[in-house]
Amino acid sequence: MTNLELQKIANQVRTNIVKSVHAAKAGHPGGSLSAADIFTYLYFEELRVDPKNPDDPDRDRFVLSKGHTAPGLYGVLAERGFFPREDLLTLRHLGSYLQGHPNMNHIPGVDMSTGSLGQGISAAVGMALAGKLDKKDYRVYTLLGDGEIQEGQVWEAAMFAGAKNLDNLVVIVDNNNLQIDGSIEDVNSPYPIDKKFEAFNFHTICIDAHDFDAIRAALKEAKETKGIPTAIIAKSLKGKGVSFMENNAGWHGKAPNDEELAIALEDLRKEAESLCQK
Amino acid sequence: MSEVKKIATRDSYGRTLVECGATNPNIVVLDSDLAAATKTGMFQKAYPDRFYDCGIAEANMVSIAAGLAACGKIPFVSSFAMFAAGRAYEQIRNSVGYPGLNVKIGASHAGITVGEDGASHQCNEDIALMRSIPGMVIINPADDVEAVEAVKAAVEYEGPMYLRFGRSAVPVIHDPENYTFEIGKGEVLKEGKDVTIVATGMMVDSSLKAAEKLAAEGIDAEVINIHTIKPLDEELIIQSAKKTGKVITVEEHSIIGGLGAAACEALSENYPTPVYRIGIRDVFGESGSAADLLVKYKLDGQGVYEQVKEWLAK
Repeated sequence: MTNLELQKIANQVRTNIVKSVHAAKAGHPGGSLSAADIFTYLYFEELRVDPKNPDDPDRDRFVLSKGHTAPGLYGVLAERGFFPREDLLTLRHLGSYLQGHPNMNHIPGVDMSTGSLGQGISAAVGMALAGKLDKKDYRVYTLLGDGEIQEGQVWEAAMFAGAKNLDNLVVIVDNNNLQIDGSIEDVNSPYPIDKKFEAFNFHTICIDAHDFDAIRAALKEAKETKGIPTAIIAKSLKGKGVSFMENNAGWHGKAPNDEELAIALEDLRKEAESLCQK
Repeated sequence: MSEVKKIATRDSYGRTLVECGATNPNIVVLDSDLAAATKTGMFQKAYPDRFYDCGIAEANMVSIAAGLAACGKIPFVSSFAMFAAGRAYEQIRNSVGYPGLNVKIGASHAGITVGEDGASHQCNEDIALMRSIPGMVIINPADDVEAVEAVKAAVEYEGPMYLRFGRSAVPVIHDPENYTFEIGKGEVLKEGKDVTIVATGMMVDSSLKAAEKLAAEGIDAEVINIHTIKPLDEELIIQSAKKTGKVITVEEHSIIGGLGAAACEALSENYPTPVYRIGIRDVFGESGSAADLLVKYKLDGQGVYEQVKEWLAK
């Protein structure tokens, strides 16, 4: 797939995010938007998954450790054909299978129930371990928030993955630099993130989270890295693609109202238009 | 009379894991630097490829197990009850309970009989914590025979389960030749008409001893063994309450949230009956030998007998 094609899909994923969070009147748009390009690349280029057979035991796994960005995951799963796009508007509604945080039992394509920060990476480690035990060649990917890595469990998981040489595991940190209470440096700085993972025996790669060439190259490098797991620190822009949400911690966990939705959709429509002219 | 055999249920756990591991390649065992104490070290020795020591990181261990279970494995995770149910409560709740994953938590050193380590390690709250998780099955075996069958049942059962084992050797009260285990089914060990004693875990032995003393004084106690605290065999307890009109629960656990609470809930909703709960009465424990602690907290045969008598006299 060309970068342009991926950019068009990511634009649609972002549109899905703002529409679904607006419809839910609650949710987490900022970190969903910052990770939209990563979600898109993973589900359209990287992961060996089949929407028609979402439980294939040999599939690659993805664990959204930063489970609150479910709108991003659901937005891309719908685009990839795991469920209808129109269902996204039922997000967080009573009776909907699209729960506020990912639920593996009810949502096709969701490999692990997450939402409580720090636990998803450990589950991903368990999946990678199972792959090694069964001598299967599937790979396991997990996406963490940069605020999430303040959780001690993340480092328990990293220590184990590094010590057990889980080279079938890729940890991606969505480094948008913002958490609910402000910038991650001001709250409780986890920097330097790459050096920390390195110290836990990871191969580390730092990239721009919105550059598909960089994402492609990093995931290729991860695949070629044998004997140790890989951590990709992806520098991103929180709220990316929606002007008033960009780099604004206030949009971590807030839904746009009708007027704000209109502006957001206009931003995304303009971007889509410019992509079509390329 | 021959000497009664005594075996710690943690030994039964380790031994049975090895036995089940021989025929079931999906069993994976994880520990957190306590393999010698929890007895998962036996499995480690037998099947080193299917054993993972996660180090002193219980939260990670539980969530790793969730990932293993999501890929079809049958993980048993072990630590002391304090650090399994206590430290990793939220991981058990969210990574295991909520998705209903097939993870077995083998918690050893439960209750005050941890002994000399003292209150920091004496977990009298684990059953209460685990009971509050929807869908969690909780098994607290009374002796070796029951513990062996409980582990075998855990392997066959699909879903989250908490197994509670003790540190101290406890008398073997069941005859392995005539014992069948069914999750959720209690057993009447002694029939009686004056009072019902519902006990779990190593308190079953104390309760049988107490019942003997009561019998000598003409008090005919019915003794029920409840190995599965959740789902509780409510029917058995209610039937017995209908017969005796008085119920006493006995557990090596806080009287808050454990067997006593579960029995009270079942009875008050279905057949309100006076209940007295014997257990740890909302206090922290202390250092001492297991035997001395049982005496101090009135959980040995004599202590249970005295508490029953006292309550009946009220």
